[in-house]
Amino acid sequence: MARTRTQLLMAAAGVAAVFTATGCGAADMTKQTSPYANVGGAKSVTLSVQSWVGAQSNVAVAQYLLEHELGYRVDTVQVDEVPAWDALSQDRVDAILEDWGHPDQEQRYVKDKKTIVPGGGLGVTGHIGWWVPKYFADAHPDVLDWKNLNKYAKTFKTAESGGKGQLLDGSPSYVTNDKALVKNLKLNYQIVFAGSEAAQITQMKQFAKAKKPFLSYWYEPQWLFNQVPMVEVKLPKYTNKCADEGTKDPATIDCAYPTTPLQKYLNADFAKKGGKAAAFLKKFHWTKKDQNEVSELIASKGMSPQDAAKKWVEAHPDVWKKWLP
Amino acid sequence: MSATATRPSTDPATEAAATGTAADETRPSPLSAVVRSHAARKLAVLVVIAAVLVPLAHAKWASGSWPDALTVDVSEPLGKASDWIIDNRDSHWIFLYFFGHISNAVIICVRAVYVVLLTLGWAGVTAASTLVAWRVAGVRVAVTTLVSFAVCGLLGMWVPTMQTLALMAVAVTASVVIGGLLGLAGGLSERAFRALRPILDTMQVLPAFAYLLPVVLIFGIGVPGAVLATVIYAAPPMARLTALGLRGADAGVLEAVTSLGATWRQRLLSARLPLARKELLLGVNQAIMMALSMAVIASVIGGGGLGDRVYQALSSVDVGKALAAGLPIVLLAVVMDRTTASAGERLGEPPAEGGPRLLRGWPAWAGVGVITVVVTLVGRLAGSQAWPTGWTVPIEEPVNQFKDWMVDHLYTGVPVVGGTADWASDYVKWILDPLREGLQGLPWYAVLLIVATLAWLIGTWATALTATAAMAAIGVLGVWEPSMDTLSQVLAAVFVTLVLGFAIGIAAARSTRLERLLRPVLDVCQTMPQFVYLIPVVALFGVGRAPAAAAAIVYALPAVIRITTQGLRNVDPAALESARSLGATQGQQLRQVQLPLARPALLLAVNQGVVLVLAVVIIGGLVGSGALGYDVVFGLAQGDLATGLVAGAAIVCLGLMLDRVTQPTSRRDRKGA
Repeated sequence: MARTRTQLLMAAAGVAAVFTATGCGAADMTKQTSPYANVGGAKSVTLSVQSWVGAQSNVAVAQYLLEHELGYRVDTVQVDEVPAWDALSQDRVDAILEDWGHPDQEQRYVKDKKTIVPGGGLGVTGHIGWWVPKYFADAHPDVLDWKNLNKYAKTFKTAESGGKGQLLDGSPSYVTNDKALVKNLKLNYQIVFAGSEAAQITQMKQFAKAKKPFLSYWYEPQWLFNQVPMVEVKLPKYTNKCADEGTKDPATIDCAYPTTPLQKYLNADFAKKGGKAAAFLKKFHWTKKDQNEVSELIASKGMSPQDAAKKWVEAHPDVWKKWLP
Repeated sequence: MSATATRPSTDPATEAAATGTAADETRPSPLSAVVRSHAARKLAVLVVIAAVLVPLAHAKWASGSWPDALTVDVSEPLGKASDWIIDNRDSHWIFLYFFGHISNAVIICVRAVYVVLLTLGWAGVTAASTLVAWRVAGVRVAVTTLVSFAVCGLLGMWVPTMQTLALMAVAVTASVVIGGLLGLAGGLSERAFRALRPILDTMQVLPAFAYLLPVVLIFGIGVPGAVLATVIYAAPPMARLTALGLRGADAGVLEAVTSLGATWRQRLLSARLPLARKELLLGVNQAIMMALSMAVIASVIGGGGLGDRVYQALSSVDVGKALAAGLPIVLLAVVMDRTTASAGERLGEPPAEGGPRLLRGWPAWAGVGVITVVVTLVGRLAGSQAWPTGWTVPIEEPVNQFKDWMVDHLYTGVPVVGGTADWASDYVKWILDPLREGLQGLPWYAVLLIVATLAWLIGTWATALTATAAMAAIGVLGVWEPSMDTLSQVLAAVFVTLVLGFAIGIAAARSTRLERLLRPVLDVCQTMPQFVYLIPVVALFGVGRAPAAAAAIVYALPAVIRITTQGLRNVDPAALESARSLGATQGQQLRQVQLPLARPALLLAVNQGVVLVLAVVIIGGLVGSGALGYDVVFGLAQGDLATGLVAGAAIVCLGLMLDRVTQPTSRRDRKGA
C-alpha cells in the first residue's frame, strides 16, 4: 500500500511538472489561432464560410485572389453566424465577409471587448422576406398581400404542418422573426424548419418541379431566383418604431424585415498585423450581380467554388484590381 | 413471416406478459414458473403504487402534458452562465490557469502532429502507414492502406485528410491514456469499478450530439473543443474494456504469480496487463472508431478537416462533394479498423518462425524507419509535399448526375409502388402523426407508469427507478412535448428497423452466400459518417421527419442485421438437428427453435437498434426532423446555449430511459458470472 502512495505522489508531481513546463503563467484563451494556420512558413489567413452560397462566393473569390495574387495560404472553416463572432473574437478565424446584422454581438465584441473591428461594407444589400413561386402568384395575385394569407392556408398545407398552412423556414442559424410574425399577425400557419439551407433548397426545387404552391422564408441576393422565379409577399411596412421595440423584445415584432447593407468584420489583431491580406479584405467590395454570377456557377452549374472564382476573376479584372493593396 | 416472428421482441412488455400467462402452459418448466411469479409480483406492486399515486397526481395536476407547476426554468441561469463565460474568458483565473492551458496544449499537440505529417509529405505518410500496417497486420492490410491513401489523394482531399489525422492522433492518444487509467482503476479496485461502470455504460448510449454543447460553452468554437468532445466520446469504451480485461484475468495464473513472491507492481506489469492485452487492443480499436465518427460530427463546432468538407457540401446539397469527403473518412476507418483488429488477432499467435531474420524484431522496425526517411526525401526532391495538383480525379459531377437521375425518376409517380415522396408522406401521415399525438395525448403519469413497468419487467427495480427518474427529469426541464415528438420518431424508426433487420438477418443466417454478399456492405455502412446519409435521403424523401427516419433506419440496420445473423448462427446445432429429425419444417425450426434460443441476441439487437436510431434521429434536426435535435442545432447555431443545453440534457435522459427499458442483459451477465 505504501508503494501505491509513493507512486501517487510521484504521479502528482509529474502532473505538476507538466503544468509548469507548459508555462506557469496565464494562458490567454482569446488568442488562439487555428493549429492549421501558418504551417511551414507560409503566410495564411483563416476565413469563416457561412452555410449559404452567397457567402461561399465571397470567400471563394477572396481565397483565389489571396492565394494567386498575394501569395497567401487560405484556410476556410464553416461556422454558423453567431458562433462565428465568438471564433472571430478568439482569433480562430481572421475575418467574416458577410454579416447580416447582429446588434447584440456587435455591442459585446466591437464596442465592449474591442476584439473585433468593422471591415467596411461588402457592397451587397441583403433582404429577407416571405416568397411564393411566380407560377402561383400569377394565378393568384392576391396572395401577395399578407392579409390574404389565411385564405390560402389550406393551399399551403403539407404533411408536416398539421392542418395549418406551411411556412418553410431554412437553417436554424439564420436571422428570423417568423415565429413572432405568425403569432402577432394571427396567421393560421405552422413554421416548418427545413433544418439547413440545403434541405430547404431541395424542397423548394421539388415543389417547383411539380408546380405546387409553397410559401417560404427566403432572402436576396440568392442564386435560386434564377432557377425558381419567386415573388415577395408584402408584410406590414418596416418602421423604426417596430424595429426599436423588436430589439427590446423580439416577441413583439409585427413588421417586415429590413433591408440590410451586409458588413465585413475582422479580428482586431489581424486588422493591425495582417499586412496585405488585411488591407485586401478591407477593400473587398462588389455588387449583387457579381456575387450572383459566382453563386450560380457554384450552385447550379455544379462548379467547385475555386473554379467558379477563377472564371469570375478572369472575366472581371477591372473589379478586383482596385482591391489589391 | 418475418413480421410475426419479430413482433414479440419489439415489445418487451407483451412478451414478458405472454411468457407469464398462456404461452408456456403447454410446456411448463421451473423457469417459466419463476418468471411468472416474478412478473406477477412486480406487476402487483406497480398496480398498488399506481392506485395510490395516480388519483393524487390526477387530482392535483390533471393535464395531458407535463404540468407547468412541476417544471423548473433553467434557461435563465444557463443563459447567464454562458454570458459570464464569454465575458470572463480572458480575465478569470479558471480560464487563464486551467482551461486556457488545456486549450493551448491541445492546439500545440495538433499543430505538432500536423507539421510532422506535412513534413513527411504525401510520399512519406503513405510509405510510413503502409509499412507500419504491413508490420503489425500483414500484407493484405498493407495493400489496403496503400490504396486508401492513394484514393484520398486522388479525390483531392489530401490536406483535409491530414488535418483529420492530426486531430484524430491527438484525440485517440488522449482517449487511450485517460481511458486506460480509468480502466486500470476500475480493474484493480472493486469500488472504483462499481462507481465507474454505470457511468461508462451510460456514456456509451448517449448520442454524440449531446456532448458538443458543454465543450462549446467552455472552449468556444474550434479545434480544442472538437478534440475534447472527441476524447469524452472515445475514452469510455477504452476504460470499459481495460477494466473488463483486467478483471477477467485467470485467477489461477494470478495465484501462481503471487505465490512466486511477485510484488504488486510486478504482478500488474508481468501478469495482469499482458493477460488483458487482447481487451486492451480491442479498446484501442473501439476508441479509434468512436473518435473518427466524432471527429466528423465535431465539424459542427469547428473541428475542420474532412468533417468540415462534408458539412460544407451538405449546405449546398452537393452529394458528390459530400461523397468525395466522405470516402476518405470511410477509407481511414477501414484501414484503422483492420490494422488494429489484425494486430489484436496476431497477439495471441506465436511469432512466425519462417522468413529471413531481417524481417523480424527490431531490424524490421529500423528498416521501416529508414525506408520512410528515404521515401520522404525522394518525395521532397521530386516536388511538392502536398498531393500533386494534377493527380486528382473529380467524382463530384458524375455522382451528382446520378443523384439527379434518381430524384427525377423515383421521387413521385412510379407505377405500382408509388414514389419516395409518396412513401414519406404516407409514413408521416399514418405512422408518425398518430404515434406522436398518442404519446403527447397520454397523461404524463401514464407515460411514467408505462416506462416503469417496461423497465421493471425486463430489469430490476433499480433500472426501473433510473428510467422513470430520467423520464421525470425531462418533464421537470420543461421539454416534455418535443421529447415526446422525438420519442415517437425513435419508436417508429426502431419498429421499421427491426422488421427489416430481422427479416434480412434471418435470410442471411440461412444463406451463407447472402451473408458473404452482405458483409462488405455492412462493414462500409457501419463506418460511414452519419452526416453523409442525410443528403441523399433529403433528395429522396424531402424535408421533415421522414428523411431523418430513413437515415436512422439505414444507419441502425447493419448492427441489427449482424447481431441477428450471429445470434441465429450460434444456436446450438444439436438442438436444430434434433428438431429436424423430429420432422419440423423450415418455418417451424425457425419459429420454435432458432428464434427462442437466439432471444438474448435479438434483445441485444433491439437495444442497439434503439441507441443507434436515437443518435441519428437527433442529427436529423439538420434536415427538419424538429423536436430535440432541432433545439440542439438551434442552440449551437444561434449561440443560445441555454436552449441547446436543456435539449441536450433531455436527449441524455431519453437515451438513458430507452436503454434501460430495452436492456436486460447486464443483469443476467452478473448473475451468470
